Amino acid sequence: MRLNELPLNLSGVIDHVAPVTPADPIARRLEEFGFVPGEPVKVVAFGPFGGDPMAVEIGFTRFALRRSEAARVVIQPLQGTALDPVLHNSAPTQTEDA
Amino acid sequence: MTDTPPLRIALVGNPNSGKTALFNQLTGSRQKVANYAGVTVERKAGRLTTPAGRAVQVLDLPGTYSLNATSPDEAVTRDVCRGVYKGEPAPDLIVSVLAATNLRLHLRFALELRQLGRPMIMVLNMIDAVRRQGLEIDIPRLQAELGVPVVTAIGVKRGGAADILRVLDEPIPPAPAPLPEGADLHAEVRRLMALCVQRSSERHPQLDATLDRWVLHPVWGMLILLVLLFIMFQAVFSWAQPFMDLLQSGMEQLGQFVGTLLPEGILRSLIVEGVIAGAGTVIVFLPQILILFLWILALEESGYLPRAAFMLDKLMASAGLSGRSFIPLLSSFACAVPGIMSTRTIQNPRDRMVTILIAPLMTCSARLPVYALLIGAFVPARSVLGVFNLHGLVLFVLYAAGVLSALVVARVLKKRDTGEHPLLMELPSYRIPGLQSLCIELWQRARIFLSRVGTIIVTLSVIMWALSSFPAPPVGATGPSIDWSLAGRIGHLMLPLFAFIGFNWQICVALIPGLAAREVAVSGLATVYSVGASESDAATQLAPLLSAHWSLATAFSLLAWYVYAPQCFSTLAVIRRETGSWRLVWVSMAYLFGLAYLASFLTYHITRLITG
Repeated sequence: MRLNELPLNLSGVIDHVAPVTPADPIARRLEEFGFVPGEPVKVVAFGPFGGDPMAVEIGFTRFALRRSEAARVVIQPLQGTALDPVLHNSAPTQTEDA
Repeated sequence: MTDTPPLRIALVGNPNSGKTALFNQLTGSRQKVANYAGVTVERKAGRLTTPAGRAVQVLDLPGTYSLNATSPDEAVTRDVCRGVYKGEPAPDLIVSVLAATNLRLHLRFALELRQLGRPMIMVLNMIDAVRRQGLEIDIPRLQAELGVPVVTAIGVKRGGAADILRVLDEPIPPAPAPLPEGADLHAEVRRLMALCVQRSSERHPQLDATLDRWVLHPVWGMLILLVLLFIMFQAVFSWAQPFMDLLQSGMEQLGQFVGTLLPEGILRSLIVEGVIAGAGTVIVFLPQILILFLWILALEESGYLPRAAFMLDKLMASAGLSGRSFIPLLSSFACAVPGIMSTRTIQNPRDRMVTILIAPLMTCSARLPVYALLIGAFVPARSVLGVFNLHGLVLFVLYAAGVLSALVVARVLKKRDTGEHPLLMELPSYRIPGLQSLCIELWQRARIFLSRVGTIIVTLSVIMWALSSFPAPPVGATGPSIDWSLAGRIGHLMLPLFAFIGFNWQICVALIPGLAAREVAVSGLATVYSVGASESDAATQLAPLLSAHWSLATAFSLLAWYVYAPQCFSTLAVIRRETGSWRLVWVSMAYLFGLAYLASFLTYHITRLITG
C-alpha cells in the first residue's frame, strides 16, 4: 500500500521510499524528512480541491505533500496499535535497533 | 581584546528551528543584510560581544534540511559549512540550531553537520516548549554521546541565548570525531532519542492537532483563509491609504517649501521636480510595504503561511505554480512592489521567478486613476441587465484580462520546464511570533526598500525630469513646454510605431513621464493638453477634452495597453533588486511590452471594425 491511498486519520508504518528515477531528489528529501522504514505515519488532512495535497504526521512533525509525492512512500497499514508519537519504542517493526 | 580578529560563527539549522529569532536575539540591530555574490540568496551577518568582551561575527545561513542541496540557498549553506564557498571563509565554529521540540527531524541534520568534522556546538532551541510536550531531555547525556557541547536556548525570550554567549567565551571545542562513512544517521537519531529523551508526563500536545483540524479543514479552513486574506487585502489597500496620502502631501509641501528657498531656475526645478518628487514616489510605497510585511511575517512566524500554501496548492498548480505564490500575487493587486518583495517566501527558485514575472499583470492600484479617467470619459454610465453598471463591468474585464494573461504566461513558462517541482514541505508547529524579531525583520525590509530600490527610482526620476525639461522651449513659443523637450521629441519619434495601435502624439509624449509611475500618465496627459496640473483637476477637465478628441478605439487601445505595459520604474527596480539580475528586468520589460502592443493592436482594430 502507498501513502497516497491511506484514508484520513488512519496510520501506517513506513516500509520504504521507492524512488521513481535513479537519483530522485523528492525521494531523497522524503528520507531526510524522516520517511524511513519503521516510522509510523498518520494522515491528518486532505486539501480542499480534489483531496490534493495531503497532510501527514510523523512523530510531532507534520508535512504537506502532493499525492504524486506520497505515492513514493510504501507503507503497511496499521490498526489500533497505540504508539507514543515521539518515542514509539513499542513499535513492532523497529528492527534496526537490535 | 579588540585587536584580535573576531570569532566567526555560523548559525546552521533546519527551517523552523527558530534560528532567525535566535540570530535577532544574539545580534539585535547590529545586522547587515546583503546578497551572496552572483546568487539571489540573502546573506545575513551580525556582530555581538560576549560578556567577557570577545568580538563575534555571526552568520545566519539559510535554513536547510540536509547538506544535499536542492535549492540555491541550501547550496550556499552546504558550501559555507564545507568551507568551499568563494569569498566566504569557513566559520571558526558551527552553531547547529535544533528545535528541541522536533529532535527526530533536526537531530539528523545536526549529525550530518557533525560528519563534517569541524568544531561545532549544538543549541537546543525552544527548550521551554519541550516540557509542554510532556518530554524531558537528558542534556549531559546527549552531550556525552555526541561529543560536542550542547546548550539550550529560548530564541523568542529576552536573555534566552545566555548559554550560547557563555560557551562562546570558552575556547573553541575540538572537532568531533565523525561516525564511520555511510553510517545510518536515522538509526543513530533513534539510538540517541531512546537514550536521552524520556516522557515525563502522559500529556500529549494537542494544540497543533486541534488548530489543524480547523485550519486544514476543506470548508472551515478555506473560510479562515478567506477572512485572513480579506483583512490583509483590506489593510494593504485601504488602511495604508491615509498614511500614503499624508506622506504624499508631506513630500509636496516639502517640495513647495524648498521651492520658496531656491531662486527660480534649473536648480530649483531639478531639486523640486526631479529629486524630491522622485523620492516622494519611493516613500509613498512605504506604508503598503510595512503593512503587507507585518502580515506576511506574522503569518510566516506563526506557522500559518505554509498551511495557506497547502490549502491553495491545487489551485495554483493549475497555473504551474505552488500555493506559496498566492499571497505575493494577491498583494500585487495593491502594488507589484511589495508583491515582488514578498516572493522571498517562495523557496523554489523557478516558482519565484515565474511569480515575479507575472506579478505586474495583477492590476495594481496605481492603474486605477488611468482606468477611472478613460472609463469615465468614454464608457456611458448605464446599467446592464438591470443589475450591473457598465463602468464596473469594463473595470472587471480589465482586471480579469490581467489575471487570465498571468495564467497563460505562467503556463507557457511552465511548458519549457519538465522537471517535477514538489510541494513537499514541513507544516511547522504553531507559535506566537516574537515581537522583537518581527520588528527587526520589518525594519530590514524597509531599509532594503529605501536604500536599494529607492536609489534606482530617484536616479531614474531625475533622468525623466531631465528628458522632460531639456531643451527649454524658445522664447515666445506656444504650446506645452514638454512638447519642445527631449521627451516630446521621443514621443513624436514613437508616433509611427504607435499610430498602428491608435495612439496620437499626445499619448506618446504622456507615456514618457508616465514611466516613473503609472498614475503620472494622467498628469502627463494634463500637461500635454495644457489643463490643470493636479491629479483631481486633470481628471475633471481632461475627461470631456479626451472624449472630444479621441476615438473610442483609441481610448480602448490605451486601456488595453495599461493592462500590460511595464510603465513602472519602481516595479523594474524591485525586480532588479530581488533577482540581482538585469536579465530578468529586460525579459519582463520586453514580454510585457510585446503583450501590451499586441493587446492594444487587437483592441484598436476590433473596436474600429465594430464602431465603423
